[in-house]
Amino acid sequence: MGASVEPGEIQAMTQRPVSLTRPSSSLRLPNWQWRPAEIAFWITAVAVFFVLPGRLMLGSQVLIAGLFALSLDLILGYAGIVSLGHAAMFGTGAYTAALLARHGWGEPLTGLLAAAAVAAALAYVTSFIAVRGGDLTRLLVTLGIGLLLYEAANQASSVTGGVDGLGDVPMGKVLGLFRFDLEGRTAYLYSLVVVFLVFCFARVIVRSPFGLSLRGIRDGAARMPAIGSPVRRRLTAIYTIAGGVAGVAGALLAQTTQFVGLEVLGFERSAYCVVMLVLGGVGWLYGALVGAAVFMIAQDVLSSINPVYWQFWLGLLLVLVVLFARGGIMGGLGSLWLWLFARPRAK
Amino acid sequence: MSVALRTEGLSRNWGALQAVREVSFALEAGARHALIGPNGAGKTTFINLLTGVLRPSGGDVFLGEQKITKLPPDLRVKRGMTRTFQINTLFPGLTVLESVVLAICEREGLGAAWRPVARCTRQIAEARQTLDELHLGSEINTLTRSLPYGKQRLLEIAVALATRPRILLLDEPAAGIPADESAEIFSVLSRLPRDVTVLFIEHDMRLVFRFAERITVLVDGAILVQGAPQQIADDSRVREVYLGEAQHG
Amino acid sequence: MFATLAGVLFDGVAYGSLLFLISIGLSVTLGLMNFINLAHGAFAMFGGYVCAMAMARIGIPFLATLPLAFLAAAAAGAALEPLLYRRLYRTSPLNQVLFSIGLTLMSVAAATYVCGSGQQAVRLPRFLLGQVHILGLDLGAYRLFLIAVVAAITLGLLSLVTGTRFGAQIRACVDNAQVSAGVGIDVNRVFGVSFTLGAGLAGLGGALAIAVLGLDPTFPMKYVVYFLLVVVVGGAGSIVGTLMASIVVGIFDVAGKYYVPAVGSFVIYALMLVLLLLFPGGLLRSSR
Repeated sequence: MGASVEPGEIQAMTQRPVSLTRPSSSLRLPNWQWRPAEIAFWITAVAVFFVLPGRLMLGSQVLIAGLFALSLDLILGYAGIVSLGHAAMFGTGAYTAALLARHGWGEPLTGLLAAAAVAAALAYVTSFIAVRGGDLTRLLVTLGIGLLLYEAANQASSVTGGVDGLGDVPMGKVLGLFRFDLEGRTAYLYSLVVVFLVFCFARVIVRSPFGLSLRGIRDGAARMPAIGSPVRRRLTAIYTIAGGVAGVAGALLAQTTQFVGLEVLGFERSAYCVVMLVLGGVGWLYGALVGAAVFMIAQDVLSSINPVYWQFWLGLLLVLVVLFARGGIMGGLGSLWLWLFARPRAK
Repeated sequence: MSVALRTEGLSRNWGALQAVREVSFALEAGARHALIGPNGAGKTTFINLLTGVLRPSGGDVFLGEQKITKLPPDLRVKRGMTRTFQINTLFPGLTVLESVVLAICEREGLGAAWRPVARCTRQIAEARQTLDELHLGSEINTLTRSLPYGKQRLLEIAVALATRPRILLLDEPAAGIPADESAEIFSVLSRLPRDVTVLFIEHDMRLVFRFAERITVLVDGAILVQGAPQQIADDSRVREVYLGEAQHG
Repeated sequence: MFATLAGVLFDGVAYGSLLFLISIGLSVTLGLMNFINLAHGAFAMFGGYVCAMAMARIGIPFLATLPLAFLAAAAAGAALEPLLYRRLYRTSPLNQVLFSIGLTLMSVAAATYVCGSGQQAVRLPRFLLGQVHILGLDLGAYRLFLIAVVAAITLGLLSLVTGTRFGAQIRACVDNAQVSAGVGIDVNRVFGVSFTLGAGLAGLGGALAIAVLGLDPTFPMKYVVYFLLVVVVGGAGSIVGTLMASIVVGIFDVAGKYYVPAVGSFVIYALMLVLLLLFPGGLLRSSR
């Protein structure tokens, strides 16, 4: 009675695996291949510089909002943490860069790094309360942290300028060569390059085994400890990284507009970031950029007509998206793609 | 014969409800040990206590010589004890291959892995080997949520095997699988390497009597009787407990 | 010294009562349907505007507008629940948050469009102005009125929940909606009626709040944090828990603004974080 030892014991558990001869190109695994649509996207972004010279300030605002939404995608789309207070890191980055410049250090690139470091530090410290608990708890904790920081900045008006904000932030030249001009040309290219580089960084993370483990946490948080994954540590890590990225976005804002107001820490900025990301599609990275572009352009067009209308239609759009179009723009495009070019599943 | 896993007076209660009472249990290295009992006997609770998902109200758990009662679940896996779940607990949005590769990467520690997953050739080869041996080789690119139930059950085991456990706790591996499709599961169980210690909960008595070398019967949170399969089959108390129970699984 | 402390406590209790009145509907929605309704403040705002408009444009006296505010907000709730909310009970928290942000934006925009962005005012009846002298303390008459109204409503709610069959159905659904449906309780009706009642109470609270908190189109966004805080800390679905949390929050907020005004709302947010971390399940863990 009992198990007889058969010759075909499962080898993989005890031995080094034999290399298999089947080709690995047919495997559906995250890789670094650039799809044509991606290349088209970035070429378009560069083309805007030449094609729309009068709208470059808006362009850099779109890029900045896109980067901020990207940082949220890292924690929301890839790790499943819903945050209503992500602007805390964004604003911290903005104030860091602005304060550095006002106290004599106007070099933009190191300002970015400093902002990223400070924002990441803030994210790290708050991660201990922000990544614990269920969805509702995290929602409220992140909301609370954002509000707390806003109040603190409001009260510390000698440092932050309070309600009036910090204006006239003196920026040095980018790479010692390019002055921030009034048409926003330097601002746009500077933002574009920074956003592209940080995007690549995010792309690497998301397609690495670490990114895979984040998706595992998002999809199957119950199974992760059962395969030995230190879930809390992973969440802390991505929350910190996302905080740093948000800080870079905030610093870009401060540097390109030479102004920082309290709203960079406000609930509205956090909430609109979530909206932009969901609009574009969560978990694609590109969803953040596309959503930000659509949102900012629509806002620019509609709110100049009447700000109240913009608010109303945005609210209505959100309600409709939730009711009917859960995947956002990228989700919709993805479904469209499948519908148009449906391929049989790779066997 | 060394003891791989041991509990001393392990208990768990919720208020007045005693799910597990003072269970002192020893699992020998290399064993094929079945844990059976009627519904509500506390079997899954016991597994949850062993793996650290639940904290005991009393008693201790020992892995080899080490007391692991306070150790969190992920560290127990690192020490070589892995479980599967009665209800498929997988990653719906990941493909079959990604799920196993993930488990392998976690086992090795992610390290400074800046490479994309597609370039983790060693881990991929190991994952594919495991999946081939479990006859899931043709489904490696399928999303977990698109897999039929029986294959998900196999994937459930594959993911656990990828952690290279020394002790494997299987919670009803054949749960929900109709009798004519359970050959796969039987085959997998029989091919587990001999140096892996296996404790499995099952309601399917064919599985139990075919693979178990030792059986523990748990009733109302306490051990009723332990012994060799024939002993258990002949024990009148066990028959009494199961009398009137419809055949499950 | 004691007089000021008593005064702060009294103000805090009054403020807390108001918070409770508005938040109890949110507590029900969260506890019963597990739905994070950030737009709950919009029902309060709606009730407030009905009261203000009725007074200003039609000339109805304050006390008479209160039942109007209740009914109008309840009607809004009764309409929206089956139409919109009911479809979203099972979706992710993210979707719920987005939906309620969307609704909030729409209501804020609508309020601005219809009533303008300025503060609304109410004319309180004579007997609610000024102060009442009790036990050597001068207590605001309006705040006493608030506390009395909320106390009466709380007693009514408690007797509804504990004494009536409908109340038992609510408690069953809070515990486990699936099983409740299985034993024949019309869960949709329970949801609908509870939501409507909660919205109505919020509307009443909004009307009562004008004299204390003011009313402008940003009302839902300004106070949403307080409502959420009170519900989560007090335990969703628990009347007594929500009441206790409201009083605590009310007192802390008033005390904070009085004793350490430089810090402002900081105290409240810090309190929220502390309470959330210490009691992740709510101050009064209901039997779920």
